[in-house]
Amino acid sequence: MTIPAKVIEDTARELMARAAIDIPPDYRDGVRLARDRETGKLPRFVLTEMLRNWDVATGERRPMCADTGLPRYYVRLGNEAIVEGGLVALERALRRATADATASVPLRPNRVHPLTREDQNNNVGIHAPEVTYAVEPDADWIDVTTVHKGGLFGSDYRMLFPGDGITGIKRFFVDTLIESGKRGLACQPAIVGVGIGGAKDTCVRLGKEAACLRVVGSVNPDPAAARLEEELTALGNYIGIGAMGFAGTSMVVATHVELAHTHTGGMPIAIHQFCLSSRRASARIHPDGCVEFHHDPRWFTDYYRRAGIE
Amino acid sequence: MGIERLDDVRMDEVHLTTPIPADAIAGLELGDVVYISGVLYTAREGVYRQVVERGLPLPAGLRDLSNVTLQCSPAVTVRPDGGHDVAAVTATASFRFGKSMALWFERSGARVVVGKAGLTELAYREWFVPHGAVYLTTVGYGMGAAYGHCIKRVRDVHWLAELGIAQALWVLEVEEMGPFLVEGDAEGRSLFALANREIDARINEVYKNLPPPTLSRFGEVLSRTDEVV
Repeated sequence: MTIPAKVIEDTARELMARAAIDIPPDYRDGVRLARDRETGKLPRFVLTEMLRNWDVATGERRPMCADTGLPRYYVRLGNEAIVEGGLVALERALRRATADATASVPLRPNRVHPLTREDQNNNVGIHAPEVTYAVEPDADWIDVTTVHKGGLFGSDYRMLFPGDGITGIKRFFVDTLIESGKRGLACQPAIVGVGIGGAKDTCVRLGKEAACLRVVGSVNPDPAAARLEEELTALGNYIGIGAMGFAGTSMVVATHVELAHTHTGGMPIAIHQFCLSSRRASARIHPDGCVEFHHDPRWFTDYYRRAGIE
Repeated sequence: MGIERLDDVRMDEVHLTTPIPADAIAGLELGDVVYISGVLYTAREGVYRQVVERGLPLPAGLRDLSNVTLQCSPAVTVRPDGGHDVAAVTATASFRFGKSMALWFERSGARVVVGKAGLTELAYREWFVPHGAVYLTTVGYGMGAAYGHCIKRVRDVHWLAELGIAQALWVLEVEEMGPFLVEGDAEGRSLFALANREIDARINEVYKNLPPPTLSRFGEVLSRTDEVV
């Protein structure tokens, strides 16, 4: 049985609206906890107002933040899944849904030509929206996740070396958080994604996926990564910066570390912060046309993180 | 006078109507929680290019209508009758527009800037204080829905064809729009500067066991002729 392209387009359009409007419950709970623990009067006020903003967004079906970021997709293809019209039809469906949703949700038409700054007013253009693919064995469905992330502030890349060690990772983590944390440029408290290893582009991609595609409360199955996640979260909240850069305790809601085997001489690292409008929405589309919407993108599967030859 | 510590801010609630009179602007204290009713209009790169760089006049009548400008672009729907509804508004980082501010105040008559993340005290003293202007920061950031809720109607839009939806000048009728926090007051003091002083007092403690990495970067070395290794 083939998955109808029309179902993919309708689902993608609905995902665009859900991502823009409804804050994911795992992040919302994390922020509520941060608010309850926050000792600073101003950052506490800020987080209380943010919780109210999400109620207004969901209640009135308004985008939670007017900067609706750069809408993009992550698609996981079941090995046995067949899309009507093939993957070209799938990509067309995703591009059409993006343009439609820009007018209907509405999303801010953020995408412009990088040099002329010309805006097509539909969030579609050269390499836009980005579509990232992964595969899953023994499955006949496809998973579609959309992420709306801003991103002018709060992400960085650096080539570290083995000798820099865990301490070097922590130093870079603190540097990045403080640099964009003052005045709240990164719109913290954030879900911080840390990609370590691979080549430069690998760690940048993994750090972004770690921030945007793992739910708050998830833990990396690698014990060394899991320990680092815990230590970095504690360190981030020890800095003394809260929401909007006011002195406080709420800098990090969660830290997600993802690893890739890397060059023996290096330790490339990238950090991304998924902000107070951490927008993602996911759906699994089955070959019978049935669509299940869910909050967990389920992106980091065991197969995706595999280490062996098979 | 003045607030010495962040936790000393009183966060008094202040309700203002546009155009906001000079004495009300001068009376705002750091950390006051402000709600605005009346008319305000958006301005960012595109509008500053028109008014500050190209010297075009502000659209007719706007100067008398409001002295409050919002550094943002909205998420907008086009109604079947061709009108517009603003679903959400969120401010964009203001430090980028500092250099446009003095001429902007002169030519627009604006005296209250609502934005994201403020400017430095130096910038306030140089560009805001001489014009009697103050800076309010949006809260969050990203209270797009809550602010959008306070927009009663789009009164007008200017330069839409030239600048596009994101950069056009939107004239908005608002009711109790807020909360905004007073970040830069009439004397050029900054709430964020106060916060930074408290944060910086702990910086050495935070970095105590975190030495710099093996390889430096330009910016971390003082001269472009220095090596980074």
